[in-house]
Amino acid sequence: ILLFLNFPIQDLSLPNGTPVDTSSPASSSSLLNRLQLDDDLDGETRDLFVTVDDPKKHVCTMETYITYRVTTKTTRAEFDLPEYSVRRRYQDFDWLRIKLEESQPTHLIPPLPEKFVVKGVVDRFSEEFVETRRKALDKFLKRITDHPVLSFNEHFNVFLTAKDLNAYKKQGMALLSKMGESVKYVTGGYKLRSRPLEFAAIGEYLDTFSLKLGTIDRIAQRIIKEQLEYLVELREYGPVYSTWGGLEVELSEQLEGVSACIGNCCTALEELSEDMTEDFLPVLREYILYSESMKNVLKKRDQVQAEYEAKLEAVALKKEDRPKVPTDVEKCQDRVECFNADLKADMERWQNNKRQDFRQLLMGMADKNIHYYEKCLTAWESIIPLLQDKPETK
Amino acid sequence: VLSFRAVESQSEGQCVPVDSLWRRYSEFELLRNYLSITYPHIVVPPLPEKRADFVWHKLSADNMDPDFVERRRIGLENFLLRVASHPVLCQDKIFYSFLTQEGGWKEMVNETGFQLKADSRLKALNATFRVKNPDKRFTELKHYSDELQSVISHLLRVRARVADRLYGVYKVHGNYGRVFSEWSAIEKEMGDGLQSAGHHMDVYAASIDDILEEEEHYADQLKEYLFYAEALRAVCRKHELMQYDLEMAAQDLTSKKQQCEELATGTVRTFSLKGMTSKLFGQETPEQREAKIKVLEEQIQEGEEQLKSKNLEGRDFVKSAWADIERFKEQKNHDLKEALISYAVMQISMCKKGIQVWTNAKECFSKM
Repeated sequence: ILLFLNFPIQDLSLPNGTPVDTSSPASSSSLLNRLQLDDDLDGETRDLFVTVDDPKKHVCTMETYITYRVTTKTTRAEFDLPEYSVRRRYQDFDWLRIKLEESQPTHLIPPLPEKFVVKGVVDRFSEEFVETRRKALDKFLKRITDHPVLSFNEHFNVFLTAKDLNAYKKQGMALLSKMGESVKYVTGGYKLRSRPLEFAAIGEYLDTFSLKLGTIDRIAQRIIKEQLEYLVELREYGPVYSTWGGLEVELSEQLEGVSACIGNCCTALEELSEDMTEDFLPVLREYILYSESMKNVLKKRDQVQAEYEAKLEAVALKKEDRPKVPTDVEKCQDRVECFNADLKADMERWQNNKRQDFRQLLMGMADKNIHYYEKCLTAWESIIPLLQDKPETK
Repeated sequence: VLSFRAVESQSEGQCVPVDSLWRRYSEFELLRNYLSITYPHIVVPPLPEKRADFVWHKLSADNMDPDFVERRRIGLENFLLRVASHPVLCQDKIFYSFLTQEGGWKEMVNETGFQLKADSRLKALNATFRVKNPDKRFTELKHYSDELQSVISHLLRVRARVADRLYGVYKVHGNYGRVFSEWSAIEKEMGDGLQSAGHHMDVYAASIDDILEEEEHYADQLKEYLFYAEALRAVCRKHELMQYDLEMAAQDLTSKKQQCEELATGTVRTFSLKGMTSKLFGQETPEQREAKIKVLEEQIQEGEEQLKSKNLEGRDFVKSAWADIERFKEQKNHDLKEALISYAVMQISMCKKGIQVWTNAKECFSKM
């Protein structure tokens, strides 16, 4: 990848000899996509590392908010320094996401955790909430880092390196019209007749996928709810053994032991529910958001194809005898092909990552439950000798 | 050995129509009644509950539920075993004929006239309030049995709620089975792993039924001692009654002696209605007084003899009752310890099953 970047972009041309339209970022990125020999970035070939950590609360007159430290380590030429450390807040990540969607419309942009949280229900500054958000933001940047095209995006670079991001944001607004980024892909009013089979299949897959995830989310929530209600009863149950222990002489130690044991199980259960809430549910919801944004990209692709087909039809109707198809129709065709290629490549990458993510998530869920039962098992096994204790041996 | 065989055949007979079951239970009640009245110094084993109480799942509140009927059968069998292994009760002839005699047993019991020995509830209640010097140990024991009853019923109530909630947690996991199966249908590489993991979730959800059924046996063991608390209290009440009786007899004797003295000396020490009437209606003739004194002296002698025997009775009762109470305490400590151990073993088994299922599921997930 490094090798290719040393060539000036203008010198690249398509295999059939026609020069590439380099003013459109889409075609250059798709070219890079096609020229990549190896997508898999192992530890050895990785040249960009990004981490999100160290959340800090800032109290200002107008508002209170959290910033996170974004650390970058890289050997890439696009970066002036090998290391960077900047502070970013949620709205900065949100800005990045929007810029990526605008500048890389043919690619699947990873999701961000929900922007707004219901005040009063969730404490935005609680340790658990901040940590959950930090993990999601870290995942967001790592997904971009792993992407062979998105990781080279200019906005991403600035996000990782700029001391004053706000200044760049304002500048960006002014340059918008010059760059013509977002304008290019706002194709309005074209209706696609039929989605090609492979993309229809992706659409159907995403529909069912997000539906199933929604069901799993509801089940997981229900389980947590039932567990917490079980916990309430257990918290009353344990102490009754203790009360009984106070009543007995011979059995008081044994009864106290049972009471303490139940108390330990309560602690273990509380940990299980907390872990599931903090680690499991957010990832599910992230993937549901991912599916939604992916479906939007599919729709955009449909739009691009629709525009091309409409323009092609218009040319055909003119019945002009031209040896060459007009350039703007050619550009449309180009766009469709690039979009399709980008999307397919991204889908494959996404499917693979999804498989790994869910493998890890579900194994994690199993692990949490195993640890819960192990803790309870230890507690009960440890009191067996106490229960069997004969009074004479005391 | 013979009585054990008879017990089993009796219990088997209970599997027959509903009617005969109810008659049988009432015969058990009659037997226990007889034993409680005939041996008031013994902590008589209790019967299992007539109606399902402390239920965790609405289904088993039904008295006809086969699980409940079966548990009650076991409870009745346990009752007979308790009586049979009691050093005093096992020798009772009525108990022996309960085990061996098919017909006419009811009549036989009633012919003993045991009901006549029964103390009225009102009399017992009265004694409880008015007794002045009961044996401290019995007062403490009564207090203990009240507390025991309170703590065990609390425990059983909460346990039932705990069981209910645990049932809910396990059953919801069954939904994972279905959704994993549906999801696996649209996946290529992940499909098999998801599908097989879903199967383990179904196994997990189903496992709670057996777990909770086993726990019911633990609950039954606790219930037995809940009802034993009542038997303990009955012995304490009997002591209070006897003590009160004794106190009343002593009081009566004292007042008679006083009357006698007053008549003999002619002085009225304390206010008495007789004194007043004699003042109002004139003094009695010496002959009348002599007659009265004689009657009183006879009564006093009778009273002293009665008091002596009552005292003896009372002391005997306290001695034999306390011996049985000590026996009961040892039995209780042993049984409850065993019950707690078996409960811990049940919990350990449940944890191990949980670890097994989730480990299996984890392996399926790892193959995704």
